[in-house]
Amino acid sequence: MAEYQNIFTRVAIHGPAYQGVPLPRGSWRAGKGWMSYWLSRIGDAQVGPVYLGWTGVTSLLFGFAAFEIIGLNMWASVHWNVLQFIRQLPWLALEPPPPSYGLSFPPLAQGGWWLLAGLCLTISVILWWVRTYQRARELQMGTHVAWAFASAIWLFLVLGFIRPVLMGSWGEAVPFGIFPHLDWTAAFSLRYGNLFYNPFHALSIAFLYGSTLIFAMHAGTILSVSRYGGDREVEQIVDRGTATERAALFWRWTMGFNATMESIHRWAWWFAVLCPLVGGIGILLTGTVVDNWYLWAVKHHVAPMYPHAFPPATDPATLPGAHP
Amino acid sequence: MMTCKMPIRILALVACGLLAACERPPVDSRQVGYRGVAMETNYHPATYKALEAKNQPPALVPSMGNTGPLATATYKNVKVLTDLTVPELTRVMLAMTAWVAPPDKSCGYCHAADMASDEIYQKVVARRMLQMVRNINSNWTGHVAGTGVTCYTCHRGQSVPSRVWYLEPGADRVPLLGDRAGQNSPARSVGLTSLPYDPFTAFLFKANDVKVGAATALPAGDRQSIKQAEWSYGLMMHVSDALGVNCTYCHNSRSFRDWDQSTPARAKAWYAIRMVRQLNNDYMAPLAPTLPAERKGPLGDSAKVNCATCHQGVFKPMFGQGGGSDYPELHERSHPPLLSPAVTAPPAVTAAMQTGGSAGAGAP
Repeated sequence: MAEYQNIFTRVAIHGPAYQGVPLPRGSWRAGKGWMSYWLSRIGDAQVGPVYLGWTGVTSLLFGFAAFEIIGLNMWASVHWNVLQFIRQLPWLALEPPPPSYGLSFPPLAQGGWWLLAGLCLTISVILWWVRTYQRARELQMGTHVAWAFASAIWLFLVLGFIRPVLMGSWGEAVPFGIFPHLDWTAAFSLRYGNLFYNPFHALSIAFLYGSTLIFAMHAGTILSVSRYGGDREVEQIVDRGTATERAALFWRWTMGFNATMESIHRWAWWFAVLCPLVGGIGILLTGTVVDNWYLWAVKHHVAPMYPHAFPPATDPATLPGAHP
Repeated sequence: MMTCKMPIRILALVACGLLAACERPPVDSRQVGYRGVAMETNYHPATYKALEAKNQPPALVPSMGNTGPLATATYKNVKVLTDLTVPELTRVMLAMTAWVAPPDKSCGYCHAADMASDEIYQKVVARRMLQMVRNINSNWTGHVAGTGVTCYTCHRGQSVPSRVWYLEPGADRVPLLGDRAGQNSPARSVGLTSLPYDPFTAFLFKANDVKVGAATALPAGDRQSIKQAEWSYGLMMHVSDALGVNCTYCHNSRSFRDWDQSTPARAKAWYAIRMVRQLNNDYMAPLAPTLPAERKGPLGDSAKVNCATCHQGVFKPMFGQGGGSDYPELHERSHPPLLSPAVTAPPAVTAAMQTGGSAGAGAP
């Protein structure tokens, strides 16, 4: 008898490609689909059929434009040296305009390219969102995936567009680059008095770590009862079997409460969606409503005061007769 | 069997590759702040030993007393050390020869056959450098305290100190594509981060404000940008690298800007930044016309100093030994040297070294 193992399964399903449910009139899919041996090792062997449509095609085009603008600027910054481009890639970036330009359109080399790349990327991402929404409606599904994606787009737009506009400076936005965007994050926290004390940042982290926790709990639960058919979760929502009962009992034993086969997915969806949603709120309030989160936390008695372990320093600039 | 072992071997190789960038244990970790605020200094015993070996003070040039005629009465063309007696001047000359001049050149590195002549440019530079050292020891006690500096603090036996910097040509300013905005390069000057890689010109030559962060909880007109914060951050990476310390040596990371929670070392660093700025503007940069082309940077400027020039990876140059307090001649006479305390390593570090590596153990 074939042994079934989840994720890295040794059982590859082969056969004629499945075309899926019938579509409403006027709707179509491209290609018939084909089988991939290597994909069968990690999931479904069938690739396609796909549908790009005008939203998909234009999204890819704008995405490619953004990718090229960013990549070519990075490559030019190492004087078109291929080896240095590969070697320095983690450090390279396309920087937003200097703050002195405010919200005006700067010369291309001083952030103009950044604005164009951001515009292309935003169009691309929004078109891809339209596509996920439309494909879900075509299949008469709910639009949960699209709205979850929208939550990520919200954070992206807050960082690169909404907050810079409210602050009146494109220079407040994030650079495109691997290390540069991380250093930007640290500098952002330094400038605005430690994001650690931003309650929305704290909530966002709770949902981020909570998401991984819920992901591990749910995936672990389902894998552990898949021998009883627990991987047929959707059926078990309405037709509970021994897998569901065992999984539920396991969690009631260990922590007194169990989610259901349906509610666990709502838990997971909301945790994942709330992570960028509240994170975006935290970023949006920074600099616009709160200028120093540490002082804000002190003001509202959130940040505790610790005893001094050494004589406190005094700002020498405030001392009489200090050197300039 | 092969199919089973191969992934494990590959995994082991990848793990080794990832660990290659790590320091092997043990690391001496020492608590320097109140518990729970993550204020720690970390030292690796092997790295620390290597630093100690590289940062030993030079042999003391013995004093020959200070009685005798004034140097100006005996020698011609004495312009800076006018307040020294002949034995004092001789001591300074001997010390400078040992500290700065190449061994094969000795006195001739600065002096022509006519000792009074100014024809060798090194002598003109040395004269200005003596004024600088005396200024540091006498007027910058906010930074060097009673320890002070000598020529050796920077020179370490070399005629040009190893850790200096020059103005960089703005080659990265490009008309159309690929502007780096002065950052995003794996630069050692900022600890291999992508932060702006020339914080020296901005903060140690020009007088840009280093301070980051709003002074009020709610917006009150502070227009400082995130990009400015990146520049200050770049300078701080240099300080950290030059002193071999982490952020919490000076700052409480919960509020970097708050002086009340900072360690006393931060005030020392505040004076240091102003001191280095003055040295570069008043002493180093004006030397450019005196120097030959091979001693100048790509833009024709003279070498300039930063934190690493003296510190060379140690929180106190040469672990606080061999400073100017041993040489009253290197102080302006109106400011005699402070009584120098027996300064070696900060107590935390000494203790950490002695406990021999039980990380975190015995923290107060």
